[in-house]
Amino acid sequence: MTVALNVTDVSLAFGGLKAVSSFSLALPSGGLHGLIGPNGAGKTTLFNLLTGVYRPDTGRIELGDQRIDGKKPSQIAAMGMARTFQNIRLFGELSVIDNVRTAAGLRTKSGLFRTLFRTPMHVAEERAITQRSLELLDVLEITHRKDEQAKGLPYGDQRRLEIARALATEPRVLLLDEPVAGMNTQEKRDMRKLIQSLPDQFGISILLIEHDMGLVMDICEDITVIDHGVTIARGAPTAIQNDPAVIEAYLGVPDESVAVADDALPAAT
Amino acid sequence: MKPVQDRVAALRPSVAGAVGSSLAPFALALGLAVVMDAVIGPAVGATWSKILLDVGIAIVLAGSLNVVNGYAGQFSIGHAGFMLVGGYAAVWLTFYGSVLWFGTKAPIPGFLGSGQLLFLGSCVLGGLVASLFGLLVGLPSLRLRGDYLAIVTLGFGEIVRVLGQLTARQPKSIAAIKGRSMAELANNLGGAEGFSQVPGYTTLFSVYVFAFVLLVLVYRLKYSSKGRALLAVRENEIAAEAMGVDTTRSKVVAFVFAAFFAGIGGAIYAHQVGALDPKELGFQKSIDLVIIVVIGGMGSITGIVIGASILVILPEVFRQFSDYRMIAYALALIVVMILRPQGIMGVKELWETTWWRRRMSALTALMARRKR
Repeated sequence: MTVALNVTDVSLAFGGLKAVSSFSLALPSGGLHGLIGPNGAGKTTLFNLLTGVYRPDTGRIELGDQRIDGKKPSQIAAMGMARTFQNIRLFGELSVIDNVRTAAGLRTKSGLFRTLFRTPMHVAEERAITQRSLELLDVLEITHRKDEQAKGLPYGDQRRLEIARALATEPRVLLLDEPVAGMNTQEKRDMRKLIQSLPDQFGISILLIEHDMGLVMDICEDITVIDHGVTIARGAPTAIQNDPAVIEAYLGVPDESVAVADDALPAAT
Repeated sequence: MKPVQDRVAALRPSVAGAVGSSLAPFALALGLAVVMDAVIGPAVGATWSKILLDVGIAIVLAGSLNVVNGYAGQFSIGHAGFMLVGGYAAVWLTFYGSVLWFGTKAPIPGFLGSGQLLFLGSCVLGGLVASLFGLLVGLPSLRLRGDYLAIVTLGFGEIVRVLGQLTARQPKSIAAIKGRSMAELANNLGGAEGFSQVPGYTTLFSVYVFAFVLLVLVYRLKYSSKGRALLAVRENEIAAEAMGVDTTRSKVVAFVFAAFFAGIGGAIYAHQVGALDPKELGFQKSIDLVIIVVIGGMGSITGIVIGASILVILPEVFRQFSDYRMIAYALALIVVMILRPQGIMGVKELWETTWWRRRMSALTALMARRKR
């Protein structure tokens, strides 16, 4: 098994608060992998570390065989890491297709001179990114909205556009930050099918943050659980569901006095 | 799904076609400039020719500022500073060059004669010097955002203006200039009096060549990956960076590009006025340019043309109200901002508005009916 993303002993503190403590992860090439934890566990902070928004205090992060910690987010994106944002960050005034084309622009080589003189190479590159962007909109099923302004899209389509845009950078590893948050049951079902199809279709590994436990348990091969920046469990979905540490993190420690009080209540059926 | 670079080879246009479509807009720009000079200029008379000159210069300046303030969303209020540096480099070259190499202070006549070539060279030099300053200011300061960047650019504009006023006296007689070298004269830029007796090479042709070429270039920039990267920086810097846009580099490139054309704008301005006075190119001038961009629509190329036309022509039209002119002008600005806070065009181009599309579809329908 080759490793797409290798995180070793990464820590980050904001002042006295340890946001992430010696986190390690070996993300295999291909497949869907879950990252869960209660609110404030440090999941999004971890994404920000992986994509270069924050620099880790200690530890190392490798994407394939390249070390990426300490690099700028744009350099990390160029090396093959893409992400979506929990609080959607589209280029609001730009059209849907231009959002995707902007990201695809990462894979063009034309500089300012070629752009201003529209050399054959520049023309070919612009055609190529338009072609690929249209295909991506097709995969994400938002082709009918291609000329609309991104900020005017319905919520579900904005999330789809975020994924299309991330895929346009031609990543090896894709980080999805709560892709189904705020969606209804039908939308979630569609999105689940879509996310499941991505690893094989694009040859990428996906690391998924999601609060919808049903979804995570269903589609992820393995799950990492963190709480207060510390990894508390890792393994197959079934193992995670029965892990006492995970149950404790989500539901709290069983309290004797509460348990007694519970017993005193009539059984809820 | 095939990566972008694997598709490129198959999508290459034929070389002949590509060269044609690459150069055709420049040829068109040249042709239109000739039309401006030879047809429209004589037709509208001297007063309006002068106004058209000012409109063209405003297009060069505001069109380039738009790349920074409109596309990249950075708030620069030091554009007149770049104009001034470019202007100084240009007048130094034409005035002293003319005296030292051709022995005259007067404009040398002849279409593309040595005088006009010298002027062309001075415009390019002005652009290069200004873009060098753009790089100098841009590199350290473009990590700053919003108000902070505005303050740095403001400071730059003021520093350039004050330094200009501190330069040495300009020797005006041919005898005083002869025997000195261009390099020795580099500090003799007129000081607080300004640089005068600049040969008046600027014509409608030269102004509109630069204006139309600039419009072609900013159009190409806007509808390309480089331009979209700038727009992405404006829309959401964090997302832009995550999508592989080197935001600092993009901003510096925008700054250098804008400074280049500001320098050219300064050069044609100085050769039109016949002088370069640092007091004229201070903070107020920068603000005037920002107003054109804001009124026209941040990021809109057609908006800039409309904004530049309105803001140059309006004060002229109000001239008959003499004393109340600036009040009327200011009121007009306030009204526009209340009615259309996003500027006249917003971020859109004329051909992207529903108004235009409706007109166009009505036109095609009319044509179709006529054919039947």
